[in-house]
Amino acid sequence: MKYMNKSIEELHDMLIKGEVTSQDLIKESLEMSHKIQDECNAFVTILDDAKETPVTDSLLSGIPCGLKDNYSTKDILSTGSSNTLKDYVPFFDATAVSKLKEAGAVFVNKTVMDEFGMGGTGTTGHTGTVLNPWDKTRMTAGSSAGSAAAVAAGVYPYATGSDTGDSIRKPAAYCGIVGYKPTYGMISRYGLFPFASSLDHLGVLTRNVKDAAIVVDAMKGLDKNDMTSWDSTNIHLKESLDGNVKGKKLCYVKEIVDLSNYENPSPELKEHIANFMKTVELCKSLGIEVEEVSVDKTLLNASAAVYVVISCAEATSNMSNLTGIIFGPRGKGDNYIEMMKDHRTKGFSPLIKRRFVIGSYVLQSQNQERYFRNAQRVRRLLVDAWKDLFKKYDGVILPVGSGPAKHLDGSKDILDKDTVVLEEHLQIGNFGGFPSITIPNGFVSKLPVGVNITGNCYDDANVLNIAYALEEAMDYKNQIAKEV
Amino acid sequence: MGKYKAKIGLEMHCEISETKTKVFSSAKNEYSDEANSNIRPVDMAFPGVLPVVNKEAVRMALMASMALNCKQPEYMYFERKNYYYPDLPKGYQLTQETKPIPVGIYGEVTFECEGEEKKVRINNLHLEEDAASLDHYDDFSTIDYNRAGVPLLELVTEPDISSAAEAVAFLEHMRSVYQYLGISEADSKKGQVRCDVNVSIMDANLDENDPQNWGTKIEVKNVNSFGGVRDAINYEIKRQTKLKENNEYANMEQQTRRWDEESGTTIYMRSKVDAIDYKYFVEPNIPKFKLSKKWLDEIKSSLPRLAYKRKKDYIEKYNLSDYDASILVKQKDISDYFEKTVSLGCDAKQVANWTNGMILSYLNSAEMSINDFFLKPEMLKQLIDLINSKTISTKQGKEVFAKVLEKEKSPEEIVKSEGMMQITDTSEIDTIIDEVINENPSQVAAYDPERPKILDYFIGQIMKKTRGKANPSVASKLMKEKLDKIKQA
Repeated sequence: MKYMNKSIEELHDMLIKGEVTSQDLIKESLEMSHKIQDECNAFVTILDDAKETPVTDSLLSGIPCGLKDNYSTKDILSTGSSNTLKDYVPFFDATAVSKLKEAGAVFVNKTVMDEFGMGGTGTTGHTGTVLNPWDKTRMTAGSSAGSAAAVAAGVYPYATGSDTGDSIRKPAAYCGIVGYKPTYGMISRYGLFPFASSLDHLGVLTRNVKDAAIVVDAMKGLDKNDMTSWDSTNIHLKESLDGNVKGKKLCYVKEIVDLSNYENPSPELKEHIANFMKTVELCKSLGIEVEEVSVDKTLLNASAAVYVVISCAEATSNMSNLTGIIFGPRGKGDNYIEMMKDHRTKGFSPLIKRRFVIGSYVLQSQNQERYFRNAQRVRRLLVDAWKDLFKKYDGVILPVGSGPAKHLDGSKDILDKDTVVLEEHLQIGNFGGFPSITIPNGFVSKLPVGVNITGNCYDDANVLNIAYALEEAMDYKNQIAKEV
Repeated sequence: MGKYKAKIGLEMHCEISETKTKVFSSAKNEYSDEANSNIRPVDMAFPGVLPVVNKEAVRMALMASMALNCKQPEYMYFERKNYYYPDLPKGYQLTQETKPIPVGIYGEVTFECEGEEKKVRINNLHLEEDAASLDHYDDFSTIDYNRAGVPLLELVTEPDISSAAEAVAFLEHMRSVYQYLGISEADSKKGQVRCDVNVSIMDANLDENDPQNWGTKIEVKNVNSFGGVRDAINYEIKRQTKLKENNEYANMEQQTRRWDEESGTTIYMRSKVDAIDYKYFVEPNIPKFKLSKKWLDEIKSSLPRLAYKRKKDYIEKYNLSDYDASILVKQKDISDYFEKTVSLGCDAKQVANWTNGMILSYLNSAEMSINDFFLKPEMLKQLIDLINSKTISTKQGKEVFAKVLEKEKSPEEIVKSEGMMQITDTSEIDTIIDEVINENPSQVAAYDPERPKILDYFIGQIMKKTRGKANPSVASKLMKEKLDKIKQA
């Protein structure tokens, strides 16, 4: 590997100076794609005919990247890792894809995900399980599984992701890289296959914070096709990275971080929390004030249920267009109902079907008040609790998950009751649409772990800058996965 | 009926046909015979598409809400109505349920039925998207997505209607309202108007203000013409009355039926207990948006006067007959034409006569819209003025009217170029009278002032010489004076 372990700015510099061509980069990226496909099963499609683009002032021009397979790409297979779309070739680009094209990005592959983003393991895509490049017996987490594996393995400097609960930020942590989802609506959702519209975010996986800023600078913007998008022309993420964080304030939540919350904490959990506290101390040494705050534990414990209810409800409706009538494999049957049934029965994995049942149940008129509406109310309470923190703090800093990547055997996407809050708190970033970034902050059992910083809506530049300064003070920037 | 009275409520769906694009997509909102020609990815629900609200459709829906005296919401929301059907590619329809409140609630409409004033309360009015149209054949079906996403207004009345005639009068009134607002052609031939009809009957001697006395509600779906509404209601009243008479009414469950045009009957679809749960929830892709008072005020002040109000004005202000006023307000364009001409300073009665007479019969025979009519209000005023000033006679006026349309010139130009100007100048007429007297000595001699019948002969001669242009009353007066003078001399 000569180039694909480098940062976007380094590559851009080499391209401008003529030390390397876009063609050279594509060639190496494709070679790496095939290697990582063999090792980790990270891709739905490898675009062997990827064409070089002219090198311009745009930092992304000429540089290869990957797209998660729920991004609609014109003339390129886009499956959402689902059998219901196994042959679907869209005739239009997602707005984010058009914007990356305008910036001169070169797409070399489409990455495997949990089916339609519904899953956090990287094991439910229709092309099979994605393996963690650090340890092939472990999961990458998901749903942006292939993107995380590929960026960590050095296939290219960045790949796009989407994040409904933690689907960018968890796999980033498990793979020892950076995962950033900006404020809700900063990047248009037009052309992203929806999972849960009110929680869905587009974002990116990279190996350093500046690269994340550069990519999102290119992807973001008001879009007339997405009413929830907003005008961010006065936000320049990359330019606002100055590393000056003296006087910034962060907090962490006692009810999530304190070991006393967990019965019989595992050694890994203890190590993970201890590592997190080391990062907190590091922040303080950078001049950041970090305080411990308290949030109602009952409220925190409700987060996972709120997420299940709202995301499943929206998903069951969002995916009602998958009938095999207009697109997707046509089901068999004597009438349209049988045809739809056949298509959906064969097309969806059992996990998704379970979620559809939950979604339908909580939306039924006799259940809606008790489940769906209450979930919306608790969502509001959680968002208000975080917004309260943002009145005083620039961000909330918390560990990601309960430790390093989990083993693939016995990973049935079932939550461990004991550490559920630790595993699920990133969802609050989706409830509120908050900008949220995960960066690697060390190793537990020789595997990477991550730390997350989440800030208030529209305060992306501030959140990224804190992560940028913290990243500089640690040794994990630009790390490439080494098999352990 | 006699022993029973009917309680009828209507759900009237009317497409908004006057927006450029569909309600949540940028595809053209246009009636087209070519299937699947007005579609965008949004209309077919390809993965990743998102709805974008058409502000113009919202504005028009708000106009309708105001015209129905409804209350408008503070915020606009849309909701998903979830169900599977191939005419609904998303698997849900974007609509507005009553919670949060739709584009209008609790209105009231006054209309006329067989000369009587009636009132119907409006429960709500909501803006939604139309579905695709399906055609079923023996072993396949076709889907046309042109209609998918066309803005649709659904109006739900309280059960305040008591007969088929009243229901039809209400629908005709509403069609006129939508047409006057300029939001829809409301043409049921183009499938723009569709109704669901709720019918129940109750004992006539009971108090109808107490819902406990009401009968069992039967909903009849898919009635696609006003004639169908009339027939479906009459059929249901008859059917339900028969059940009452046979003591079977109490066993009838609340149900949904379907109107079958061909057999002229309603057919059982499903009972209330099998009602579909549409799992409504607020569309997350459309942020709720506040309707500013300023915008609502702007819309309110832009509302045109509706037919009912105009007719009243015509009768009260202009002393027009009920008949004339009714004809004038039947189409908004005609009524606008009439009002424009009157506003130029013409007598309303004269304008009404011209409009309802010559003009409408010309337009009807030419199958022309008044908007394409050459004789604009300004020209009608010229024509009326020419007649009123006696420059031309009423009879000539009709000739001028025809010539204006034939030659596409203004009435004044026609009168000039055709030499139709009446001669009212006394000295000019004097000269002609002298000529006539000189040329007809025997008739002059025969003139008797006591029996002036021979005067007609002289007038005839004058008209002959002037080719009918001499003003007959002026000529007659002068001729008589002159002949009387000769006799005395």
